[in-house]
Amino acid sequence: MPKLTVNGIEVEVENGASVLQACEEAGFEIPRFCYHERLSIAGNCRMCLVDMERAPKPIASCAMPAADGMVIDTQSERVKKAREGVMEFLLVNHPLDCPICDQGGECDLQDQAMGYGEDSSRYVENKRAVDEKHMGPLIKTVMTRCIHCTRCVRFATEVAGVPELGAIGRGENMEITTYLEKTLASELSANVIDLCPVGALTSRPYAFVARPWELNKVESIDVMDAQGANIRVDARGGQVMRVMPRLNEQVNEEWISDKARYAIDGLRRQRLDTPYIRDKSGRLQKASWDDALAAVGAALKKAKAKGTAAIIGDQLDGEAIFAMKSLMDKIGSPHRDCRQDGAKLNPKVRASYLFNSTIEGADEADAILIIGSNPRIEAPVMNARIRRNHLMNKVAIAHIGSQADLTYPVKYLGDDIAVLEEIAAGTHAFAKTLAKAKKPMIILGNGALTRKDGAAILGRAKTIADNTKMVTAEWNGFNVLHTAASRVAAMDLGFVPGKDGLDTQGILKGANDGTIKLVWLLGADEVDMSALEKAFVIYQGHHGDKGAGVADIILPGAAYTEKDGTFVNFEGRVQRGARAAFPPGEAKDDWAIIRAVSAVINKTLPFDNAADCHAAMVEAVPHLGALDEIAPAKWAKFGTSTKLLAEPVGAGLDQFYMTCPISRASETMADCLRASKADANLMAAE
Amino acid sequence: MSIDKLIAENQPDSFAFTKESEAQIKVILAKYPKDRKASAVMPLLDLAQRQHENWIPMKAIEEIANRLDMAEIRVLEVASFYTMYNLKPVGKYFLQACTTTPCMLRGSDDMMRCIKDRLNISSGETSECGTFSLLEVECLGACVNAPILQVNDDFYEDLDYQTTGALLDSLEAGTPLPVGSVKGRQGSESEQGATSLTALKSSAQEV
Repeated sequence: MPKLTVNGIEVEVENGASVLQACEEAGFEIPRFCYHERLSIAGNCRMCLVDMERAPKPIASCAMPAADGMVIDTQSERVKKAREGVMEFLLVNHPLDCPICDQGGECDLQDQAMGYGEDSSRYVENKRAVDEKHMGPLIKTVMTRCIHCTRCVRFATEVAGVPELGAIGRGENMEITTYLEKTLASELSANVIDLCPVGALTSRPYAFVARPWELNKVESIDVMDAQGANIRVDARGGQVMRVMPRLNEQVNEEWISDKARYAIDGLRRQRLDTPYIRDKSGRLQKASWDDALAAVGAALKKAKAKGTAAIIGDQLDGEAIFAMKSLMDKIGSPHRDCRQDGAKLNPKVRASYLFNSTIEGADEADAILIIGSNPRIEAPVMNARIRRNHLMNKVAIAHIGSQADLTYPVKYLGDDIAVLEEIAAGTHAFAKTLAKAKKPMIILGNGALTRKDGAAILGRAKTIADNTKMVTAEWNGFNVLHTAASRVAAMDLGFVPGKDGLDTQGILKGANDGTIKLVWLLGADEVDMSALEKAFVIYQGHHGDKGAGVADIILPGAAYTEKDGTFVNFEGRVQRGARAAFPPGEAKDDWAIIRAVSAVINKTLPFDNAADCHAAMVEAVPHLGALDEIAPAKWAKFGTSTKLLAEPVGAGLDQFYMTCPISRASETMADCLRASKADANLMAAE
Repeated sequence: MSIDKLIAENQPDSFAFTKESEAQIKVILAKYPKDRKASAVMPLLDLAQRQHENWIPMKAIEEIANRLDMAEIRVLEVASFYTMYNLKPVGKYFLQACTTTPCMLRGSDDMMRCIKDRLNISSGETSECGTFSLLEVECLGACVNAPILQVNDDFYEDLDYQTTGALLDSLEAGTPLPVGSVKGRQGSESEQGATSLTALKSSAQEV
């Protein structure tokens, strides 16, 4: 480990660290544009110049490896002059349009020009003008502002795995563009907006909407996929304006998917802002909370415990699920399920429904078998990690399911699930790869688990895990990749059929043949609504989506940005989201609605505020109180050994952009879907 | 320059390497390790340009990307970086005029003026007859014999207004002047002939 001196302070850094990192270690910030911790080193902006003893010229600290005995000076007059020179060159062609630039207020160039810029320009020549480029519905380009740091190019190539961005031309004519100006076909594309140190790539949906200093920033958790990406929700005057990623090395590093970032315009459309009751003519009429609650009370009484069922949705917080479970317990109904997609998960063995390797653990895996999942669209940020593992370690990856471009090469084993038998028996070539690996991983997706033989597939996967020694004291390679953000919390809380209770399929069937009289859909929009036409449906949620269409009573709830809630991601990590805006109109927190209903039917739940509700939930399931921790899960017996069905196995989701009530209401997501389809058609035509 | 200004408007629908090119590609690819075959991008672009009337269509870029397992944009980056690759059709004679400092000092302005007077074209343009295209380029690396005009693959050196005119005439007539210094000097030898080591002349010739 090299030891070096920075401005008289001695620091010791990791082998392979750069001088820039050493300077940061010593507590000196180095200005930079092209350097980024998570991207390869380009060394082309020259802003990070520092003085090194015995070097004739200032050196680019980002590209210089730290070596033993170096003496670095970051504060000399020469360094300051050099950086001022670089800044002057960068500003030769950079327009002075900060007042109309969306990056204003959070612009690296603006900030660093305060430190190293001259007060006036020495140039009288015209600045160069560059044509705007088309990069799809999310990224707005003002290429005249580009300073050619190539961060976006490196991100697209290295992290997103879609090498479509590049720099054409040279010198003054250099321009960043996509090949023939196609839409950037990545689920992570909008991260280039955060990476861009100037205003060349800005957010198209957020263009000219707000200035950063007007926004109220709240740290929260994303629910668009089950990874639980850490986000910052920026709101102004009760409206969510944008979502930005928050750094969490163990979860999302500093990336989020396009859906997490841009589905939020769906929060402003098709909202349920007042209770509704369906009248005799079959029309939904606005109602007061009192009337709605009374109607719910009457309906619950009429349906009796045995005829009452509840299904919960994919984006709920733990508190809402807990409140619903408590209410169902009080009523005495065992018919409840959190698996509206019908995934055959085993609620008794926690290790059977978790991503046990953890997200960070996926970096260490040395053989990966993906079954019935397309991680690229089901958890894009996770997929980027798998890709990085492939790039760095050439990890062997095999894929069973519908064939797709996962941004890294895989050994495609077809979509016939029967191949699992061979792998379980150890006769398949990849079984040997798994057995030889030190940290093998199996990733089981919804495409496999939601099949009728899901439990049998779960059983085969367990056999493979056991046979290839995937589970040891310090490593568990058995992973389930959920698509629903609320799934693990709901499984932990036990929102599954009670004794003699019906699961989702059973409830739907019962509703159709009349044994189930009342179905309470708590944010559940993905079940087959046609089966619910005969039953009395209470829909509690935030969007007028599929569920509200069949509802007899609508109770308006809060979306994820409008409540404080506990979320558990697919690896079992407990995280807290926070309220950034209030629910619209009459809408209320979900737990509060359920608590109010409980009072109407004289089965009052024992909590009066959000804190009590949270405390009661933690009392019921203690590990939900341990924030940012993953409670250990014990490896036990699960799955069945029944026969596998001979039908092709698919993926959990078939498209990325519109998968939940919020994203289905989002115009931006609709634009993205249209653009991706148009590009797919174009490619097919060629 | 945005991409549509950079490339030709009329692109062919397909591109295929000729048999001769294929043979050469085999030789080129053999020079690089399998996982480093992207290194062959420059020679392949050159081959494509040579067999396709001295310019590279986008289909050729896609073909090369495909062969070398590169992203299309990576190939386009290379092709658009170097002035030696033409992404638009050029005339039969592609003139690359060096106007960097040594050539400028030795009279490249006269050379350029002659081309402008004769053909009425500036850098980046093709003459009306379609025979000549001109591009102003940076140093061609033959400063000792400045100024330089590169005609397709050949260097013509020591040009001035008159000799540039004579060169263009000879090209137009289809009987190009001998390649090299138009003053007839050997390599970068003094115009008066060798001034030193004259005794070695005979032995040097033997070598």
